[in-house]
Amino acid sequence: MEIASLAVLLVAAAVVLFRYRQHKRRGSAESSIANSFDSQIYEPSLPLLASTLPAGTTTVTVSEVSKSFNDIYAVNNVSFELKSGEILGLVGPNGAGKTTAIRMLMDIIGPDSGQITVLDAPSGQDNTDRIGYLPEERGLYRKISVSESLEYMARLKGLSQHEAISATNQWLQRLRMAEHKGKKIEQLSKGMGQIIQLAATIIHDPELVILDEPFSGLDPVNREMLKKIILELKESGRTIILSTHQMNEVEELCDRVLMVNKGKVVLYGGLQEIRSRYRNNSVFLEYSGSINDLLGVTEVKDHGSYSELFFDEGTSANQILGRLVERGVTVDRFEVSTPSLHEIFIRVAQEES
Amino acid sequence: MKKTFVIARHEFFQVVRRKGFYLITLGLPFIAFLGLFINDVVQDLDKEPEIPEHQTIGYVDDTGIFIEYTEQTDLTFRPYSDHDQAREDLLSGEIEEYFIIPGDYLKSGMVDRYTTERELEVPAKTWYRIRDFLLDNLLAGEVSEDLLNRARTPVILNSWHLDETGEVSEPPDELQAILLPYLFGLLFIMSIFMTSGYLMYSVIEEKENRIMEVLLSSVSVNQLLRGKIIGLGAAGLIQIIIWLLTIMFFLRVGSVNVSALEGIEFPVGMLVFGVIYFLLGYGLFSVLYAGLGAMAPNPRESQQMVGIFVLPAITPLILMGIIGEHPEGTVAQVLTLIPITAPTTAMMRLANINVPPWELALSILILMGAISLGIWLVARMFRAYLLMYGKRPTIKEIMRTLRQK
Repeated sequence: MEIASLAVLLVAAAVVLFRYRQHKRRGSAESSIANSFDSQIYEPSLPLLASTLPAGTTTVTVSEVSKSFNDIYAVNNVSFELKSGEILGLVGPNGAGKTTAIRMLMDIIGPDSGQITVLDAPSGQDNTDRIGYLPEERGLYRKISVSESLEYMARLKGLSQHEAISATNQWLQRLRMAEHKGKKIEQLSKGMGQIIQLAATIIHDPELVILDEPFSGLDPVNREMLKKIILELKESGRTIILSTHQMNEVEELCDRVLMVNKGKVVLYGGLQEIRSRYRNNSVFLEYSGSINDLLGVTEVKDHGSYSELFFDEGTSANQILGRLVERGVTVDRFEVSTPSLHEIFIRVAQEES
Repeated sequence: MKKTFVIARHEFFQVVRRKGFYLITLGLPFIAFLGLFINDVVQDLDKEPEIPEHQTIGYVDDTGIFIEYTEQTDLTFRPYSDHDQAREDLLSGEIEEYFIIPGDYLKSGMVDRYTTERELEVPAKTWYRIRDFLLDNLLAGEVSEDLLNRARTPVILNSWHLDETGEVSEPPDELQAILLPYLFGLLFIMSIFMTSGYLMYSVIEEKENRIMEVLLSSVSVNQLLRGKIIGLGAAGLIQIIIWLLTIMFFLRVGSVNVSALEGIEFPVGMLVFGVIYFLLGYGLFSVLYAGLGAMAPNPRESQQMVGIFVLPAITPLILMGIIGEHPEGTVAQVLTLIPITAPTTAMMRLANINVPPWELALSILILMGAISLGIWLVARMFRAYLLMYGKRPTIKEIMRTLRQK
């Protein structure tokens, strides 16, 4: 009886002491953060710390990696490389193998063959605290508060209690969500939940950030905010992998593109390099004068207010412009036709099928 | 290890903050004792019907020898010459009941009693009154008054229990032999199931809320599993300690009012082993339940799957009679060594006897081995099924997962 009573008293005392200490710490951390924000209330966007990695350091190396489920390849002999300060656009249709590839990078599942090295640690070694991951299938604890949720995620990424509280307050301020910190997640709108999830992804200041469909469900204002954060991360030397269906976002943000289809890489390279590789060999022209029988031009398509001139492989857009000027044609508009990533994606997908 | 404790702390507070936790932890013992108390009250209410202060019992004597002792302080035996008159008086309320002593009574001992009361059995008081009336008349004048009194109460039995040394000791309490193991077994299985249930629902909730992938990008499967087991186990341990203390409190204070608890004592060793077996039992079931949580696509299906473990786990309670009566028997010994039945059986036995140390040691070792094996298997299941949403794996798929390198 006495022993059991003592045990319960000890447990109860430990719980009370623990809660008191936690409360005290939270209070002091909050007041210090609140003070630091007072002077910057009109500038919520605090600069990120610079990456600890030298610029141009190879951060991700994926070499001939394959993974199959029930004898069907989800990822088939995929290789690519990324350097710090780069943004890679991972694109492909549904079921192409993007999420499987990301889960292997995160070491949530292991590859059947091949080698993955992330931030100098080969697959199987723990460096998860240096990676931030926003999965496509996202969610948060619905019954706990925004701040508690973020603090927990931060602590799981190796931050101390004090650092976690600090980082939570900073990011809520930065994302203009400070007023919602006490609300339960289930009380937030879907868009707000997305923002909190994003904060949970980068709260620990990771070197590598993997974002799987980060723009889905966001309104235009929050989209712009997310783009700004991604570009800030890039400027501070972070490596970013952006898996998305939104080709315009990839064109706007990414340095490199990795296009996968049925588990295989169908396109990989710098954005400009890919565009020029898939250019149309045509120019858009608004003019006055005659363009009949222009050397190198194979077809002229009339679009009403302007025409599109297609030229052969041995002719360049510069040469076409020179010949037009030589002939005395007045050129009002001359634009090299560059295929959008969306067009390239459709073309490649059709070629593959 | 640090992350394991971060998870453990999170899980602990997630559970202990729930209103349902307080309700069950504090409410259940009160409901149980309220039940016992109500049982006592109902038993009091349900006593034999009040017998009037002065009772008149009619009788028809065909032997002609029962004629004396008809007037007693609170009782009159009214003789009738025939059955019909006695029945008429009974129906009119003149007498409370009557009985017929047939002519061959001395040979057969048979007496027929008639009453208008609804009763499950003959009230003891009535039975004794009729018996004493017959006895008094049979022995009247034949024996002394002392002998007659002794014949009415032939024995007042004092029973003594001798221990192994031949000294007189307290006799074993039969109520304790049955009630305490049952109480403990029930308490044990309830808290183990409830705490393991918290773990299973926590895994399913994280799957449903799509948090699992975020968690697995931050911690390993083993860290996640260990953290959950420690955190929720601590919550469960607090629950069982509160239940134990409440029981002890009621045993000390409440036993005055609750007759079922009188005389029950708690062996101290049982508390120590109670904590050990709770931790091991909880460890085993939580690992098994975590595996179910990883596989089940939703809480409804998990409930169906839980049945796989419930039946073997409650076997000791089903066999309570055997274990209670023969705590050193083969059935009790075997069930102590089977991991899934070991915690409950061991506790039920410890409530009654000193279980041989080798049996306890072996049982604890087997349980620890089973938990290690369980963690290894469940970690594999976690990897394969935690990120599988809305689909239950087939037996074939599970077997393939376990075989994979």
